[in-house]
Amino acid sequence: MREVAIVGIGCTKFGEMWDKSFRDLFIEAGLMALSDAEVSGAQIEALYGGNMSAGMFLEQEHIGALIADYSGLTTNNIPSTRVEAACASGGLALRSGIIAVASGYHDVVISAGIEKMTDVGAEKAMDALASAADREWEAEVGATFPGLYAMMARAHMHELGTTREQLAQVAVKNHYHGSMNPRAQFRNKITIDTVINSPLVADPLRLFDCSPITDGAAAVVLVPAERAKEFTDTPIYVKAAAQASDTISLHDRRSLTSIDATTIAADRAFKMARLQRSQIDVAEVHDCFTIAEIMAIEDLGFFEKGAGGPVTLAGDTAIGGKIPINTSGGLKACGHPVGATGIKQAVEIVEQLRGDAGKRQVDGAEVGLTHNVGGTGGTVVVHILAR
Amino acid sequence: MTVPRFWRKIPNRYNLIGTKCENCNTYYFPPRIVCPPCRRKGVIREYAFEGSGKIVTYTTIYSAPESFTKMTPYVLAIVQLDEGPRLTTQIVCDPSEVKIGARVKSVFRKLGEDGPDGVIYYGTKFTLA
Repeated sequence: MREVAIVGIGCTKFGEMWDKSFRDLFIEAGLMALSDAEVSGAQIEALYGGNMSAGMFLEQEHIGALIADYSGLTTNNIPSTRVEAACASGGLALRSGIIAVASGYHDVVISAGIEKMTDVGAEKAMDALASAADREWEAEVGATFPGLYAMMARAHMHELGTTREQLAQVAVKNHYHGSMNPRAQFRNKITIDTVINSPLVADPLRLFDCSPITDGAAAVVLVPAERAKEFTDTPIYVKAAAQASDTISLHDRRSLTSIDATTIAADRAFKMARLQRSQIDVAEVHDCFTIAEIMAIEDLGFFEKGAGGPVTLAGDTAIGGKIPINTSGGLKACGHPVGATGIKQAVEIVEQLRGDAGKRQVDGAEVGLTHNVGGTGGTVVVHILAR
Repeated sequence: MTVPRFWRKIPNRYNLIGTKCENCNTYYFPPRIVCPPCRRKGVIREYAFEGSGKIVTYTTIYSAPESFTKMTPYVLAIVQLDEGPRLTTQIVCDPSEVKIGARVKSVFRKLGEDGPDGVIYYGTKFTLA
Protein backbone atom coordinates (compact mmCIF):
# COMPACT_ATOMS: atom_id res chain seq x y z
CA MET A 1 0.00 0.00 0.00
CA ARG A 2 1.16 3.52 -0.79
CA GLU A 3 1.03 6.40 1.65
CA VAL A 4 -1.58 9.01 0.68
CA ALA A 5 -1.54 12.81 1.07
CA ILE A 6 -4.22 15.49 1.02
CA VAL A 7 -3.00 18.29 -1.24
CA GLY A 8 -6.12 20.39 -1.72
CA ILE A 9 -9.21 21.32 0.31
CA GLY A 10 -12.45 23.16 -0.39
CA CYS A 11 -15.59 23.81 1.64
CA THR A 12 -18.62 26.01 1.06
CA LYS A 13 -20.21 28.18 3.70
CA PHE A 14 -22.61 25.99 5.71
CA GLY A 15 -26.18 27.10 6.37
CA GLU A 16 -29.61 27.49 4.84
CA MET A 17 -28.39 28.22 1.30
CA TRP A 18 -31.75 28.92 -0.31
CA ASP A 19 -30.16 30.61 -3.33
CA LYS A 20 -27.91 27.63 -4.09
CA SER A 21 -28.78 24.25 -5.59
CA PHE A 22 -27.22 20.84 -4.95
CA ARG A 23 -25.14 21.33 -8.11
CA ASP A 24 -24.03 24.86 -7.18
CA LEU A 25 -22.77 23.61 -3.82
CA PHE A 26 -20.62 20.68 -4.96
CA ILE A 27 -19.17 22.63 -7.87
CA GLU A 28 -18.18 25.45 -5.50
CA ALA A 29 -16.47 23.07 -3.05
CA GLY A 30 -14.82 21.06 -5.83
CA LEU A 31 -13.40 24.09 -7.61
CA MET A 32 -12.01 25.44 -4.32
CA ALA A 33 -10.22 22.13 -3.70
CA LEU A 34 -8.84 21.99 -7.25
CA SER A 35 -7.50 25.53 -7.19
CA ASP A 36 -6.05 24.94 -3.70
CA ALA A 37 -4.12 21.95 -5.09
CA GLU A 38 -3.47 23.62 -8.46
CA VAL A 39 -4.84 20.53 -10.13
CA SER A 40 -6.47 20.68 -13.54
CA GLY A 41 -9.63 18.75 -14.36
CA ALA A 42 -7.68 16.69 -16.90
CA GLN A 43 -5.50 15.25 -14.12
CA ILE A 44 -8.40 13.88 -12.06
CA GLU A 45 -8.69 10.11 -12.34
CA ALA A 46 -11.63 9.29 -10.06
CA LEU A 47 -14.33 10.90 -7.95
CA TYR A 48 -16.02 9.67 -4.75
CA GLY A 49 -19.08 11.58 -3.57
CA GLY A 50 -20.56 11.11 -0.11
CA ASN A 51 -24.28 11.79 0.03
CA MET A 52 -26.87 10.43 2.41
CA SER A 53 -30.24 11.03 0.88
CA ALA A 54 -30.57 13.10 -2.27
CA GLY A 55 -33.36 10.65 -3.02
CA MET A 56 -35.46 11.83 -0.08
CA PHE A 57 -34.29 15.45 0.04
CA LEU A 58 -34.40 16.15 -3.72
CA GLU A 59 -35.89 13.03 -5.34
CA GLN A 60 -32.58 12.75 -7.17
CA GLU A 61 -30.48 9.58 -7.32
CA HIS A 62 -27.55 8.69 -9.62
CA ILE A 63 -25.42 11.28 -7.84
CA GLY A 64 -22.10 9.88 -9.12
CA ALA A 65 -22.94 10.73 -12.73
CA LEU A 66 -24.56 14.06 -11.79
CA ILE A 67 -21.53 15.42 -9.94
CA ALA A 68 -19.08 14.21 -12.62
CA ASP A 69 -21.27 15.71 -15.32
CA TYR A 70 -21.74 19.17 -13.82
CA SER A 71 -18.10 19.32 -12.71
CA GLY A 72 -17.20 18.97 -16.39
CA LEU A 73 -15.49 15.63 -15.79
CA THR A 74 -17.59 13.47 -18.11
CA THR A 75 -15.39 14.67 -20.98
CA ASN A 76 -12.78 12.25 -19.57
CA ASN A 77 -15.43 9.69 -18.55
CA ILE A 78 -13.74 9.18 -15.17
CA PRO A 79 -15.22 6.67 -12.73
CA SER A 80 -17.49 8.59 -10.36
CA THR A 81 -19.03 6.78 -7.39
CA ARG A 82 -21.58 7.85 -4.81
CA VAL A 83 -21.02 6.30 -1.38
CA GLU A 84 -23.61 6.24 1.38
CA ALA A 85 -23.49 5.44 5.10
CA ALA A 86 -26.07 7.92 6.43
CA CYS A 87 -24.31 10.71 8.36
CA ALA A 88 -20.95 8.95 7.82
CA SER A 89 -21.23 9.18 4.01
CA GLY A 90 -18.56 11.89 3.84
CA GLY A 91 -16.09 9.95 5.98
CA LEU A 92 -16.73 6.91 3.84
CA ALA A 93 -16.12 8.91 0.63
CA LEU A 94 -12.79 10.02 2.09
CA ARG A 95 -11.82 6.47 3.04
CA SER A 96 -12.89 5.17 -0.40
CA GLY A 97 -10.70 7.77 -2.13
CA ILE A 98 -7.76 6.97 0.15
CA ILE A 99 -8.08 3.24 -0.61
CA ALA A 100 -8.19 3.99 -4.35
CA VAL A 101 -4.92 5.95 -4.17
CA ALA A 102 -3.21 3.68 -1.61
CA SER A 103 -3.93 0.61 -3.72
CA GLY A 104 -2.32 2.15 -6.80
CA TYR A 105 -5.52 2.10 -8.84
CA HIS A 106 -5.52 5.88 -9.21
CA ASP A 107 -3.12 8.77 -8.55
CA VAL A 108 -5.27 11.92 -8.38
CA VAL A 109 -8.65 11.41 -6.71
CA ILE A 110 -11.34 13.78 -5.42
CA SER A 111 -13.32 12.79 -2.32
CA ALA A 112 -16.30 15.05 -1.77
CA GLY A 113 -19.37 15.25 0.43
CA ILE A 114 -22.63 17.04 -0.26
CA GLU A 115 -26.09 17.44 1.20
CA LYS A 116 -28.88 19.84 0.25
CA MET A 117 -31.43 19.55 3.07
CA THR A 118 -33.53 22.72 2.95
CA ASP A 119 -35.39 21.97 -0.28
CA VAL A 120 -37.90 20.07 1.91
CA GLY A 121 -39.67 21.20 5.09
CA ALA A 122 -38.48 20.30 8.59
CA GLU A 123 -40.87 17.36 9.05
CA LYS A 124 -39.88 15.76 5.73
CA ALA A 125 -36.21 16.35 6.59
CA MET A 126 -36.75 14.63 9.94
CA ASP A 127 -38.29 11.66 8.17
CA ALA A 128 -35.34 11.48 5.75
CA LEU A 129 -32.91 11.53 8.68
CA ALA A 130 -34.92 8.78 10.42
CA SER A 131 -34.02 6.54 7.46
CA ALA A 132 -30.53 6.28 8.99
CA ALA A 133 -32.20 4.19 11.72
CA ASP A 134 -33.99 0.88 11.14
CA ARG A 135 -37.11 2.06 9.28
CA GLU A 136 -39.10 -1.08 10.04
CA TRP A 137 -38.30 -1.51 13.75
CA GLU A 138 -37.33 1.95 14.96
CA ALA A 139 -38.70 4.76 12.76
CA GLU A 140 -42.06 3.11 12.01
CA VAL A 141 -42.87 2.70 15.70
CA GLY A 142 -42.23 6.39 16.34
CA ALA A 143 -38.48 6.72 16.91
CA THR A 144 -36.91 9.97 15.73
CA PHE A 145 -33.19 10.62 15.54
CA PRO A 146 -33.16 13.00 18.50
CA GLY A 147 -35.30 10.39 20.29
CA LEU A 148 -32.72 7.63 19.82
CA TYR A 149 -29.86 9.85 21.06
CA ALA A 150 -32.11 11.05 23.90
CA MET A 151 -32.41 7.42 25.05
CA MET A 152 -28.60 7.18 25.05
CA ALA A 153 -28.41 10.47 26.98
CA ARG A 154 -30.93 9.15 29.54
CA ALA A 155 -28.89 5.94 30.00
CA HIS A 156 -25.60 7.90 30.24
CA MET A 157 -27.07 10.21 32.89
CA HIS A 158 -28.58 7.25 34.80
CA GLU A 159 -25.50 4.99 34.74
CA LEU A 160 -22.59 7.45 34.67
CA GLY A 161 -24.00 10.55 36.35
CA THR A 162 -23.67 12.91 33.37
CA THR A 163 -25.59 16.12 34.10
CA ARG A 164 -27.85 18.47 32.16
CA GLU A 165 -25.26 21.27 32.48
CA GLN A 166 -22.44 19.06 31.17
CA LEU A 167 -24.50 18.25 28.06
CA ALA A 168 -25.27 21.94 27.57
CA GLN A 169 -21.60 22.90 27.81
CA VAL A 170 -20.85 20.87 24.64
CA ALA A 171 -23.16 23.22 22.69
CA VAL A 172 -21.80 26.32 24.46
CA LYS A 173 -18.21 25.35 23.63
CA ASN A 174 -19.01 24.45 20.02
CA HIS A 175 -20.88 27.74 19.44
CA TYR A 176 -17.83 29.54 20.88
CA HIS A 177 -15.58 27.70 18.39
CA GLY A 178 -18.08 28.32 15.58
CA SER A 179 -18.03 32.04 16.35
CA MET A 180 -14.45 32.05 15.02
CA ASN A 181 -15.21 30.01 11.87
CA PRO A 182 -16.28 32.03 8.81
CA ARG A 183 -17.92 28.88 7.32
CA ALA A 184 -20.08 28.10 10.35
CA GLN A 185 -23.87 28.13 10.16
CA PHE A 186 -24.12 29.62 13.67
CA ARG A 187 -21.56 32.21 14.77
CA ASN A 188 -23.41 33.38 17.87
CA LYS A 189 -22.13 32.59 21.34
CA ILE A 190 -24.63 30.98 23.71
CA THR A 191 -24.77 30.15 27.42
CA ILE A 192 -25.81 27.07 29.40
CA ASP A 193 -29.12 28.89 30.07
CA THR A 194 -29.74 29.20 26.30
CA VAL A 195 -29.56 25.42 26.02
CA ILE A 196 -31.52 24.40 29.11
CA ASN A 197 -34.31 26.91 28.38
CA SER A 198 -34.72 25.91 24.72
CA PRO A 199 -37.77 23.81 23.72
CA LEU A 200 -37.78 20.07 24.43
CA VAL A 201 -37.27 17.95 21.30
CA ALA A 202 -36.91 14.51 22.90
CA ASP A 203 -36.48 14.62 26.65
CA PRO A 204 -33.77 15.19 27.98
CA LEU A 205 -32.52 16.68 24.69
CA ARG A 206 -33.60 20.21 23.80
CA LEU A 207 -33.33 22.22 20.60
CA PHE A 208 -29.82 23.50 21.42
CA ASP A 209 -28.61 19.94 22.07
CA CYS A 210 -29.28 19.14 18.40
CA SER A 211 -27.24 19.84 15.28
CA PRO A 212 -29.20 21.84 12.69
CA ILE A 213 -30.51 21.13 9.20
CA THR A 214 -27.86 22.45 6.83
CA ASP A 215 -26.87 22.78 3.18
CA GLY A 216 -23.21 22.47 2.27
CA ALA A 217 -20.45 20.67 0.42
CA ALA A 218 -16.76 19.95 0.93
CA ALA A 219 -14.02 18.31 -1.13
CA VAL A 220 -10.41 17.18 -0.83
CA VAL A 221 -7.77 16.22 -3.40
CA LEU A 222 -5.85 13.00 -2.69
CA VAL A 223 -2.55 11.92 -4.30
CA PRO A 224 0.22 9.41 -3.50
CA ALA A 225 2.56 10.89 -0.85
CA GLU A 226 5.54 10.58 -3.18
CA ARG A 227 3.88 12.98 -5.65
CA ALA A 228 2.48 15.41 -3.02
CA LYS A 229 5.14 18.08 -3.49
CA GLU A 230 4.12 18.43 -7.17
CA PHE A 231 0.91 20.01 -5.89
CA THR A 232 1.63 21.78 -2.61
CA ASP A 233 4.37 22.79 -0.17
CA THR A 234 2.21 21.73 2.76
CA PRO A 235 0.88 18.22 2.15
CA ILE A 236 -1.01 16.58 5.00
CA TYR A 237 -0.43 12.84 5.25
CA VAL A 238 -3.09 10.20 5.91
CA LYS A 239 -1.80 8.05 8.78
CA ALA A 240 -4.92 5.92 9.14
CA ALA A 241 -8.33 5.39 7.56
CA ALA A 242 -10.40 2.99 9.66
CA GLN A 243 -14.02 1.94 9.61
CA ALA A 244 -16.25 -0.28 11.74
CA SER A 245 -19.87 -1.39 11.60
CA ASP A 246 -22.36 -2.45 14.26
CA THR A 247 -26.08 -3.26 14.44
CA ILE A 248 -28.24 -0.67 12.68
CA SER A 249 -30.73 -0.59 15.58
CA LEU A 250 -29.81 1.00 18.87
CA HIS A 251 -31.82 -1.64 20.80
CA ASP A 252 -29.53 -4.43 19.53
CA ARG A 253 -26.28 -2.85 20.80
CA ARG A 254 -24.13 -4.22 23.61
CA SER A 255 -24.23 -0.83 25.34
CA LEU A 256 -26.48 2.24 25.35
CA THR A 257 -23.81 4.48 26.89
CA SER A 258 -21.00 3.78 24.39
CA ILE A 259 -20.80 3.56 20.63
CA ASP A 260 -18.71 0.38 20.27
CA ALA A 261 -17.98 0.98 16.58
CA THR A 262 -16.18 4.21 17.61
CA THR A 263 -13.87 2.32 19.98
CA ILE A 264 -13.20 -0.40 17.41
CA ALA A 265 -12.55 2.02 14.52
CA ALA A 266 -10.28 4.10 16.80
CA ASP A 267 -8.31 1.02 17.92
CA ARG A 268 -7.83 0.05 14.27
CA ALA A 269 -6.78 3.61 13.34
CA PHE A 270 -4.24 4.02 16.16
CA LYS A 271 -2.75 0.61 15.35
CA MET A 272 -2.49 1.52 11.65
CA ALA A 273 -0.93 4.92 12.43
CA ARG A 274 1.38 3.51 15.15
CA LEU A 275 0.38 6.46 17.34
CA GLN A 276 -0.96 6.90 20.89
CA ARG A 277 -4.12 8.77 21.95
CA SER A 278 -1.92 11.31 23.75
CA GLN A 279 -0.29 12.31 20.45
CA ILE A 280 -3.53 13.75 18.99
CA ASP A 281 -3.40 17.57 19.10
CA VAL A 282 -6.87 18.34 17.71
CA ALA A 283 -9.96 16.31 16.79
CA GLU A 284 -13.22 16.77 14.94
CA VAL A 285 -15.81 14.40 16.44
CA HIS A 286 -19.40 13.61 15.51
CA ASP A 287 -21.52 15.82 17.81
CA CYS A 288 -24.87 15.39 16.06
CA PHE A 289 -26.27 15.80 19.60
CA THR A 290 -24.47 17.04 22.70
CA ILE A 291 -24.49 13.53 24.23
CA ALA A 292 -22.76 12.24 21.08
CA GLU A 293 -19.66 14.39 21.71
CA ILE A 294 -19.46 13.24 25.33
CA MET A 295 -19.65 9.59 24.25
CA ALA A 296 -17.18 10.21 21.39
CA ILE A 297 -14.39 11.66 23.54
CA GLU A 298 -14.80 8.71 25.92
CA ASP A 299 -15.11 5.98 23.25
CA LEU A 300 -12.17 7.35 21.22
CA GLY A 301 -10.10 6.87 24.39
CA PHE A 302 -9.26 10.53 25.07
CA PHE A 303 -11.00 10.35 28.47
CA GLU A 304 -12.24 7.61 30.83
CA LYS A 305 -15.83 6.41 30.54
CA GLY A 306 -18.00 8.78 32.53
CA ALA A 307 -15.42 11.59 32.47
CA GLY A 308 -16.67 13.12 29.20
CA GLY A 309 -19.17 15.44 30.88
CA PRO A 310 -16.94 16.71 33.72
CA VAL A 311 -13.92 17.39 31.42
CA THR A 312 -16.17 19.29 29.01
CA LEU A 313 -17.49 21.47 31.83
CA ALA A 314 -13.88 22.01 33.01
CA GLY A 315 -12.87 23.38 29.58
CA ASP A 316 -10.46 20.57 28.67
CA THR A 317 -11.99 20.20 25.19
CA ALA A 318 -12.06 23.91 24.27
CA ILE A 319 -9.33 25.63 22.23
CA GLY A 320 -6.51 26.16 24.75
CA GLY A 321 -7.58 23.07 26.74
CA LYS A 322 -5.95 19.62 26.96
CA ILE A 323 -7.35 18.40 23.63
CA PRO A 324 -9.39 20.87 21.56
CA ILE A 325 -12.46 19.11 20.17
CA ASN A 326 -14.50 20.45 17.24
CA THR A 327 -12.58 23.65 16.55
CA SER A 328 -14.81 24.15 13.47
CA GLY A 329 -17.82 24.47 15.76
CA GLY A 330 -18.64 20.83 15.16
CA LEU A 331 -21.91 19.63 13.75
CA LYS A 332 -23.73 21.75 16.32
CA ALA A 333 -22.48 25.21 15.31
CA CYS A 334 -20.69 24.74 11.97
CA GLY A 335 -23.76 22.82 10.76
CA HIS A 336 -24.47 19.26 9.65
CA PRO A 337 -25.12 18.76 5.94
CA VAL A 338 -25.04 15.02 6.59
CA GLY A 339 -23.14 13.75 3.54
CA ALA A 340 -20.66 16.65 3.67
CA THR A 341 -19.77 16.47 7.37
CA GLY A 342 -17.08 13.77 7.15
CA ILE A 343 -15.20 15.73 4.48
CA LYS A 344 -15.63 19.05 6.30
CA GLN A 345 -14.03 17.44 9.37
CA ALA A 346 -10.97 16.57 7.25
CA VAL A 347 -10.89 20.10 5.77
CA GLU A 348 -10.85 21.56 9.30
CA ILE A 349 -8.04 19.25 10.46
CA VAL A 350 -5.98 20.00 7.31
CA GLU A 351 -6.33 23.75 8.00
CA GLN A 352 -5.28 23.21 11.62
CA LEU A 353 -2.22 21.13 10.62
CA ARG A 354 -1.23 23.65 7.94
CA GLY A 355 -1.48 26.42 10.55
CA ASP A 356 -4.18 28.17 8.50
CA ALA A 357 -7.05 28.05 11.02
CA GLY A 358 -6.90 31.74 11.92
CA LYS A 359 -8.44 32.70 15.27
CA ARG A 360 -9.28 29.09 16.09
CA GLN A 361 -5.74 27.80 15.43
CA VAL A 362 -4.47 25.18 17.89
CA ASP A 363 -0.83 26.14 18.51
CA GLY A 364 1.67 23.67 17.07
CA ALA A 365 -0.93 21.13 15.92
CA GLU A 366 0.87 18.26 14.19
CA VAL A 367 -1.51 15.31 14.40
CA GLY A 368 -5.31 15.42 14.10
CA LEU A 369 -8.21 12.98 14.10
CA THR A 370 -11.66 12.90 12.50
CA HIS A 371 -14.57 10.79 13.76
CA ASN A 372 -17.71 10.42 11.66
CA VAL A 373 -20.74 8.38 12.80
CA GLY A 374 -23.52 6.97 10.64
CA GLY A 375 -26.91 6.68 12.33
CA THR A 376 -26.72 5.86 16.02
CA GLY A 377 -23.41 4.03 15.51
CA GLY A 378 -24.07 1.45 12.79
CA THR A 379 -21.09 2.88 10.88
CA VAL A 380 -18.08 4.76 12.24
CA VAL A 381 -15.16 6.12 10.22
CA VAL A 382 -11.99 7.41 11.91
CA HIS A 383 -9.09 9.12 10.12
CA ILE A 384 -5.75 10.22 11.52
CA LEU A 385 -3.93 12.97 9.62
CA ALA A 386 -0.46 14.41 10.24
CA ARG A 387 1.87 17.10 8.94
CA MET B 1 -46.74 1.84 0.90
CA THR B 2 -48.59 -1.09 -0.63
CA VAL B 3 -51.05 -3.28 1.26
CA PRO B 4 -48.92 -6.50 0.91
CA ARG B 5 -46.15 -4.77 2.84
CA PHE B 6 -48.48 -4.35 5.83
CA TRP B 7 -49.86 -7.89 5.51
CA ARG B 8 -46.34 -9.32 5.52
CA LYS B 9 -45.66 -7.67 8.87
CA ILE B 10 -48.83 -8.92 10.61
CA PRO B 11 -47.33 -11.96 12.44
CA ASN B 12 -44.45 -9.93 13.89
CA ARG B 13 -46.24 -6.64 14.45
CA TYR B 14 -49.58 -7.90 15.78
CA ASN B 15 -48.54 -11.02 17.65
CA LEU B 16 -44.93 -10.34 18.65
CA ILE B 17 -43.72 -13.41 16.76
CA GLY B 18 -39.94 -13.43 16.50
CA THR B 19 -37.40 -16.20 16.13
CA LYS B 20 -35.23 -18.44 18.29
CA CYS B 21 -31.97 -20.14 17.35
CA GLU B 22 -32.20 -23.70 18.66
CA ASN B 23 -28.46 -24.20 18.23
CA CYS B 24 -27.50 -21.54 20.81
CA ASN B 25 -30.89 -20.85 22.49
CA THR B 26 -30.88 -17.14 21.64
CA TYR B 27 -34.19 -15.35 21.06
CA TYR B 28 -34.58 -12.66 18.39
CA PHE B 29 -37.06 -9.85 18.19
CA PRO B 30 -37.21 -8.18 15.70
CA PRO B 31 -36.93 -11.61 14.02
CA ARG B 32 -33.67 -12.66 12.39
CA ILE B 33 -33.25 -15.34 9.74
CA VAL B 34 -29.49 -15.53 10.36
CA CYS B 35 -28.28 -16.06 13.94
CA PRO B 36 -25.14 -13.84 14.12
CA PRO B 37 -23.06 -16.11 16.45
CA CYS B 38 -24.05 -19.38 14.67
CA ARG B 39 -24.61 -18.13 11.10
CA ARG B 40 -25.02 -21.24 8.88
CA LYS B 41 -24.91 -23.59 11.90
CA GLY B 42 -27.96 -21.84 13.34
CA VAL B 43 -31.36 -23.55 13.49
CA ILE B 44 -34.00 -20.80 13.34
CA ARG B 45 -37.58 -21.42 14.51
CA GLU B 46 -40.52 -19.06 14.97
CA TYR B 47 -41.22 -18.06 18.57
CA ALA B 48 -44.18 -16.15 20.03
CA PHE B 49 -42.97 -13.85 22.81
CA GLU B 50 -44.88 -13.66 26.11
CA GLY B 51 -44.92 -9.85 25.85
CA SER B 52 -43.53 -9.02 29.29
CA GLY B 53 -40.38 -7.08 29.99
CA LYS B 54 -38.84 -3.99 31.54
CA ILE B 55 -37.84 -0.49 30.41
CA VAL B 56 -34.10 -0.11 29.78
CA THR B 57 -34.16 3.56 28.71
CA TYR B 58 -36.80 6.01 27.47
CA THR B 59 -37.55 9.46 26.12
CA THR B 60 -40.60 11.62 25.55
CA ILE B 61 -40.88 12.73 21.92
CA TYR B 62 -42.08 16.32 21.50
CA SER B 63 -41.01 16.87 17.88
CA ALA B 64 -41.96 14.12 15.42
CA PRO B 65 -42.26 13.48 11.67
CA GLU B 66 -45.62 14.16 10.01
CA SER B 67 -47.14 10.72 10.60
CA PHE B 68 -46.65 11.03 14.39
CA THR B 69 -47.29 14.74 15.07
CA LYS B 70 -50.89 14.11 16.25
CA MET B 71 -49.60 11.79 19.02
CA THR B 72 -46.97 14.13 20.55
CA PRO B 73 -45.85 14.13 23.27
CA TYR B 74 -45.47 10.34 23.40
CA VAL B 75 -43.18 8.06 25.37
CA LEU B 76 -40.66 5.99 23.41
CA ALA B 77 -38.56 3.33 25.12
CA ILE B 78 -36.21 0.43 24.65
CA VAL B 79 -37.81 -2.57 26.32
CA GLN B 80 -35.98 -5.76 27.24
CA LEU B 81 -38.32 -8.74 26.88
CA ASP B 82 -38.08 -11.44 29.58
CA GLU B 83 -36.73 -13.87 26.96
CA GLY B 84 -33.76 -11.52 26.38
CA PRO B 85 -34.06 -9.42 23.22
CA ARG B 86 -34.63 -5.67 23.21
CA LEU B 87 -36.95 -3.65 21.00
CA THR B 88 -37.91 -0.02 20.45
CA THR B 89 -41.55 0.71 21.25
CA GLN B 90 -44.02 3.29 22.48
CA ILE B 91 -45.20 3.09 26.09
CA VAL B 92 -48.87 4.01 26.48
CA CYS B 93 -48.68 6.14 29.65
CA ASP B 94 -48.26 9.66 30.93
CA PRO B 95 -44.65 10.88 30.49
CA SER B 96 -44.42 11.50 34.25
CA GLU B 97 -45.14 7.82 35.04
CA VAL B 98 -42.29 6.19 33.09
CA LYS B 99 -39.00 5.16 34.70
CA ILE B 100 -35.98 2.95 34.02
CA GLY B 101 -36.58 -0.58 35.31
CA ALA B 102 -40.41 -0.35 35.21
CA ARG B 103 -42.21 -3.61 34.26
CA VAL B 104 -44.25 -3.43 31.05
CA LYS B 105 -46.56 -5.71 29.03
CA SER B 106 -47.45 -5.66 25.34
CA VAL B 107 -50.75 -4.31 24.00
CA PHE B 108 -52.27 -4.14 20.51
CA ARG B 109 -52.59 -0.53 19.30
CA LYS B 110 -52.83 1.65 16.22
CA LEU B 111 -49.32 2.71 15.16
CA GLY B 112 -50.11 5.19 12.41
CA GLU B 113 -51.72 5.80 9.06
CA ASP B 114 -50.51 6.31 5.53
CA GLY B 115 -51.91 9.83 5.07
CA PRO B 116 -55.58 10.82 5.54
CA ASP B 117 -56.98 8.23 3.08
CA GLY B 118 -54.28 5.58 3.40
CA VAL B 119 -53.98 2.27 5.18
CA ILE B 120 -54.20 2.39 8.98
CA TYR B 121 -51.50 0.22 10.45
CA TYR B 122 -51.50 -1.50 13.78
CA GLY B 123 -48.85 -3.06 15.94
CA THR B 124 -47.52 -3.59 19.43
CA LYS B 125 -47.05 -0.95 22.07
CA PHE B 126 -46.48 -1.53 25.80
CA THR B 127 -48.23 -0.38 28.99
CA LEU B 128 -46.92 -0.22 32.53
CA ALA B 129 -47.63 -3.56 34.21
